[in-house]
Amino acid sequence: MLEASKMVDRTVDAMSGPRGKKPKKALSGRNIMIYGILLMVSLYYILPLWVMVMTSLKGMPEIRMGNIFAPPVEITFEPWVKAWSSACTGLNCDGLSRGFWNSVQILIPSVFLSIAIASVNGYALVNWKFKGSELFFTILIFGSFIPYQIMLYPIVIMLRELGLYGKLGGLVLVHSVFGMPILTLLFRNYFTSVPEELFKAARVDGAGFWGIYFRIMLPMSLPIFVVAVILQVTGIWNDFLFGVVFTKPSIYPMTVQLNNIVNSVQGVKEYNVNMAATMLTGLVPLVIYFISGKLFVRGIAAGAVKG
Amino acid sequence: MASKPLSARLTRNLNAKIAALPMIITTLVVFLGGTIWSVVYSFTGSKLLPKLKWVGLKQYDRLWSNSRWEISIENLFWYGIFALVLTIAIGFLLAVLLDQKIRFEDTFRTILLYPFALSFIVTGLVWQWLLNPEMGIQHIVRSMGWESFTFDPLYNPDLVLIGLLMAGLWQGTGFVMCIMLAGLRGIDEDIWKAARVDGIPAWKTYLRVVIPMMRPVFITTLVIVAAGIIKLYDLVVAMTSGGPGNASQVPAMYVYDYLFQAQNLGQGLAASTMMLLSVLIVLIPWAYLEFGGKKHA
Repeated sequence: MLEASKMVDRTVDAMSGPRGKKPKKALSGRNIMIYGILLMVSLYYILPLWVMVMTSLKGMPEIRMGNIFAPPVEITFEPWVKAWSSACTGLNCDGLSRGFWNSVQILIPSVFLSIAIASVNGYALVNWKFKGSELFFTILIFGSFIPYQIMLYPIVIMLRELGLYGKLGGLVLVHSVFGMPILTLLFRNYFTSVPEELFKAARVDGAGFWGIYFRIMLPMSLPIFVVAVILQVTGIWNDFLFGVVFTKPSIYPMTVQLNNIVNSVQGVKEYNVNMAATMLTGLVPLVIYFISGKLFVRGIAAGAVKG
Repeated sequence: MASKPLSARLTRNLNAKIAALPMIITTLVVFLGGTIWSVVYSFTGSKLLPKLKWVGLKQYDRLWSNSRWEISIENLFWYGIFALVLTIAIGFLLAVLLDQKIRFEDTFRTILLYPFALSFIVTGLVWQWLLNPEMGIQHIVRSMGWESFTFDPLYNPDLVLIGLLMAGLWQGTGFVMCIMLAGLRGIDEDIWKAARVDGIPAWKTYLRVVIPMMRPVFITTLVIVAAGIIKLYDLVVAMTSGGPGNASQVPAMYVYDYLFQAQNLGQGLAASTMMLLSVLIVLIPWAYLEFGGKKHA
């Protein structure tokens, strides 16, 4: 596990660029090939985003006549307005805004609760080991590989017993449970790297479990909290399965509502509105991705060394 | 310790135990309890509500004689093989290209990784639009003069997996590239120097030295990607809803439909147990290699 934390750090170091000097000759045949391939691959990766944005800015007549790759002749923001405020799912025509606010309401408590639980948990696993703690941790990590499908129905029963089935609170709980393996691993690996002397000194000064957590561990590990927030915000925002299974139509998260809008069989297909809606849903994780940069990579690396 | 009374042992380190309570409940009740519950009830004839009425292996007999399940398994198998091999191969090649001390490495990496931040729903819907036969790629190629060009994977049962693969690869290869890049950067620079001194060409060094050295990275990536593929669900829902016909059904969809739509609990649980089994087939050899083999290393 120590190796795992080292690998996370190494990943981040590695992302800060290659070692050694930059090459001097820019236009060798080898370089042309490398850049050529990379440019072509990049094009393949950018194209869907480009098409999505362009389609969302065109009117329907232009879409029917034209080329999906071409920029709009006449830019219109009508599809965005419609997607946000009046696109229909079934009989409801109040747009994606409802799904957006549902997702926000799901997101904030889920992120807070899952990180609170996992950080304290990771801290207990590193500094306050008790009999069986490692065993629970191992089961937790292996549990993250079990297909969710096998746990769906038992969780429905548990939530029903708690009176939380079909409610926001239930979904928050589910996100906290399934976020626990990866987040606990993340915090556990980070806290392992905090010098033990610090912990011992605080113990000598009479600080207890919570005192050390709030006064030493928490302030010292703000970067890893940021990584955890990035990981959770994108993960929970992008969730579809839990939203479908554990909530009801009036509180469906944005992804579920988006799918219902775009894949609804009724009415004429408005591709521009559909793409605007898709773009709106993708915007939150995209913004986080472009702002966070290397921290996002760090979150991924933590996911990769789980187990 | 053993001589102390039980209550003293329990209260020792009490705060830590309280803090770990969510983890203990999650592992014991949700992960272990939930899994065992599902496996047990997969041997019952439960319909709308769970009932302990034993029917032996009947649910599994019915499962494997259901053509929809058969299609689901076949789809998952072929999609899985291609997705696994291609994401890892492409991810590795891209990582190698980015590792050539190039300029704008950050820009390229940002571009290759951004789809990974998007959900499968968003991915599926964008690709559904790109592959729309009347307005998407097929239409563009035809309007450029190649009138007979046909590429409509989402409407062709024989090609639908290719459509899913295009979207799946677009979303997932950036992730593998990132992991592989980290693995490449972890390899000692001296190995490259030694290879150069011996006059070994770069491709040969990758093949004979670097890839074998990165074995653990490959295995970890393999397990993560494979575990993700078995859960494949959102992408199919968004892109094809399992169609055309039943051509792109996957096991996770079967489970969902039987648990929550068809109200045939026993059947859905039997299907989910098969999913668990397939993950264990991937996971157990890996766990054995990773943790069992450590003593010899």
